This record gives sequence, C-alpha cells and structure tokens, in this order.
Amino acid sequence: MPHPHLFGLGLRKPHYADFLEAAAPVPVDFVEVISENFMVPGGRPRDILRRVRERHPVALHGVSMSIGSADGVDRDYMQRLRALVDAVEPLFVSDHLCWTRFGDFQSHDLLPLPYTEEALRTVCDNVDAAQTALGRTMLIENPSSYIAFDGADMTEWAFLDALCARTGCELLLDVNNIFVSATNHGFDAHAYLAGIPAARVRQIHLAGHSRGETLLIDTHDRPVPDPVWALYAEALERVGPVATMIERDDAIPPLAELLAELDHARAIAALRVAA
Amino acid sequence: MRLAALQADFGRWLQGECPDAATRLGDDPGLDVYLNNYRSQLVAALESSFPQLQRWLGETAFLAAAARHIEASPPSAWTLDAYGEDFPATIAALYPDDAECAELARIEWALAAAFTTPDIAPFLVEALGAVEWETARFAFVPNLAMLPVKTNAAALWQALVDGTVPPAAQRLPAPGAVLLWRDGFNPSFRTIEQAEATAILQLEAGMQFGALCTALAEEHGEAASAAIVGGWLGAWLRDGLLAALH
Repeated sequence: MPHPHLFGLGLRKPHYADFLEAAAPVPVDFVEVISENFMVPGGRPRDILRRVRERHPVALHGVSMSIGSADGVDRDYMQRLRALVDAVEPLFVSDHLCWTRFGDFQSHDLLPLPYTEEALRTVCDNVDAAQTALGRTMLIENPSSYIAFDGADMTEWAFLDALCARTGCELLLDVNNIFVSATNHGFDAHAYLAGIPAARVRQIHLAGHSRGETLLIDTHDRPVPDPVWALYAEALERVGPVATMIERDDAIPPLAELLAELDHARAIAALRVAA
Repeated sequence: MRLAALQADFGRWLQGECPDAATRLGDDPGLDVYLNNYRSQLVAALESSFPQLQRWLGETAFLAAAARHIEASPPSAWTLDAYGEDFPATIAALYPDDAECAELARIEWALAAAFTTPDIAPFLVEALGAVEWETARFAFVPNLAMLPVKTNAAALWQALVDGTVPPAAQRLPAPGAVLLWRDGFNPSFRTIEQAEATAILQLEAGMQFGALCTALAEEHGEAASAAIVGGWLGAWLRDGLLAALH
C-alpha cells in the first residue's frame, strides 16, 4: 500500500492561535516544530506543543544537535531531545548536516563541513550515537552553505549517500538549500538530485531565499521562488510522494498565504503523479 | 586541514575575526556571511530577552552593550534562549553609576527564565487546617526567584511594559527585593521589603515557622508580628508561592 502524500507547515508563534483556537483544524497533514523551542521543563511552550499534538502529527526539527562536531554529540542535549521524543512520538526527528558546537563554543548557526573522509567518519559516529540515544532513525537535512573548503574528497550528495549507507539514517531534502548551494558553489542541482539516495528521502523542505552581494542567502523570509518549485517537481520524480512542508522563519505572513503555498506544492505533486 | 582544527579556526573567526584563522580557512567571502549570521542571531536573542531594557537604554546604547557582550561572552549553551544569562553583568559593568539598568536587566532575565520553569502544583489553602504551625517548615515553589534591589527598576519595567512614561530612576528608601514566579503560564513579580525577603530566605533554609514568629514577636511585639506574618502568608498562598508545608 503506497504511503499517503503528506503536506505540512512549520509551527511559528504568529500562527499559534490559528492552530490552537480555530474551530476547524488547520488543513495540514502534519506540523513541524523546532525541537529546541520545546526542550524545556514546562510552561506555555510545552502546553502549546501538547495541544498541537492533540490535533496534528508532529515532526521534530532540530538546529543544535551539531552532528558534525569533531568532539561528538552532547549527551545532555541528547537526553533532553529523547525526553521530548518520548513525549511527542513524532513523525520524524531531523537535524542538519552541519556543526554548531566545538568544545564550549556554541555558534547557534549551521556551520559548513568539509566533505572529507575524516569528516564523514565523524558524522557517521555522531549519527550512530544520536540514533542510539533516540532509539530511532534520524533524518539528516542538506544545508545551505556559503563556503566550500579546499581538499574535499567528495561532493555533498556523495557524502549524504555514504552517510545513509553507513548509518541507516534517512534524509530531509531541502530543495531550496540545494538551489542556494548550487548557485553559490557552481555545482549542478540536477546532478545533486541524481546523486542522492532517493529511497532514503522521507521529507522535503521548501523555502525562499534572498540575494546577497555575491551569494544567495537561505533566509526563509519570502515565498518559494519559481526555480525552487521547478526543482521540487524534479525531486518528486526521483523520490516519489514524500512528506513536504513550507518553511518560513522571518517576515512571517498570515497563515492563509502559507496554506496557499502548500496548495501549490500539492498541485505540483498531483501533476507529477498524473504524469 | 583536520576537522577539529578547522572547527577551532572557524570558532576563532566568529568570536574574534581572527585574520590568521580566516587565512587558514581560505579567506573565502562566505566567511563574512557566517560572521554576520552569528552576530545578528545573538543580537536578536538579546533583543528578545530584554525588550524593556532596550527601550530604557535606547536602541543605539543597547546595540553597543550587545556588541560588548558578544565580544566578551561567546555562547556556550545549546539553546539560544540561555544567551542572555550573563547580560545583566555586562550591563552592570557598562553602567556602574546607574544601578537601575542592571536591575532592570536582572528582572527581565528572571521573568524570561520563569516562563519555562517546571509545572508545579502549589500548596492549596484548603490544606491549611492540617498544618502544625509551630514546627511547620515551608517549601517554596522551585520556580520562585528573589532578586535584591536598591532602585525602582521594577516600577520602571512595569511602566515600560504598559507604555506609560516611566518614572525617574531612583534609589529605594531602603533596599528591598523583587519576587518573581510563574502564575499559570504568565511570569509575574512584585516588590517586597527586606524583612519579608529575609523571612523567605530563613524559611527556605529550614527555619521552623514557630521560630520565625518568635523572632518577629521579639522585634515587633506579639500582635504586630502576627499581622505582619499573616499578611506575608496570605500573599504567598494567593500567589501560589508555597509548594508544601510540613
């Protein structure tokens, strides 16, 4: 039996009332939340998450696991995330192919990795540790990046392919991030889509970006642009009906605008299936 | 370059724009994007945690304080929400002659911290009948915080929140304290006098209620001390500050 094609939105503060107080549930198949916002002892955040979970399946999306840290994942962080996972029973648990912490320093930014064999071994060890701590398979998201290091042994998509093969992890494919990084680094986005292990993709992110002086910046502050929609359609041909969601983290519009974007994703998906 | 060396260099770049680190990382223009992201995230975190302090200082002075803090105190917690914990100390160092600034910052931080404290069922007034008052020991709710204050920072904070013209900053006639807790889902606070603050500290340290009453009676007389401690107890029960009496 084929999986249903799920379409969701990220839960953001301006939309709490829409999700919690409207008579009819918001027409989404799942809601994604930023894990760290709810890894707290109590209070309103945990109450909001509990009430949202009563209405919708929830995906947990993290930004601070630091799966690429040379000195390993943080045990306290993992214990807190495991407690949240146990409470929420999420659809997916994801974080990024990046590092945010080294030693005592926390950058709170998704910093790039060199795509070397050494880094791959480190990330595999950390993903193994994380999946053991969580008792489940994780989804790893491809990042946007603004710098490429000399001495890489492989492409980002080859790195992700090897990571999935060695750890059994799955992928959260951010189509906007592919577009941004392909533009910034001059690689072929189509080759990226062809190179990832399609069967491992469980979720797709769609977002907008902005143009800096010389680079595209992953700002999540505007609608999904046409080139990203086109890449999404191509991605669906390869990965099939994978759970899709719209990410907006800044300049957040009324919920109706994001639902309209989500309908756009549904329409593209329907056309790909019909074709 | 080994991964650990690369990450150490990236940290040096973000924390101090170390030019040697940038050179080893390839002097790529993308480094500036990460530096800007790092700094702007931290400024945004401080703005989010200290909105009334920002109003009190003004945007330019607040940004200068944030820049000083970011330079001196790189983040070390996994959550960005924790980044403001040491900001009141930075404010105290920047404004040594304006004590209300640091006190305003401490109040804002304690209120933000109270927002996500554990959910606790307070002691209910209906259970008072079973209390052995002479030997009773008090357990306050763990999300109760008490800040010593010398200025009218609490009044400043309230006026700033209400959008009214704040009073002039001034020292209190006598040092006091601000009690902060979570009332339902909403952080709450009130200013108390030093005597009540001392009583709370003594009870938290394990003093029996009878001993507290005896000490107060020696100082104020039997009747006056009963009125004083009764007023405190009533307010603690009303505000849900007590977790247990045993």
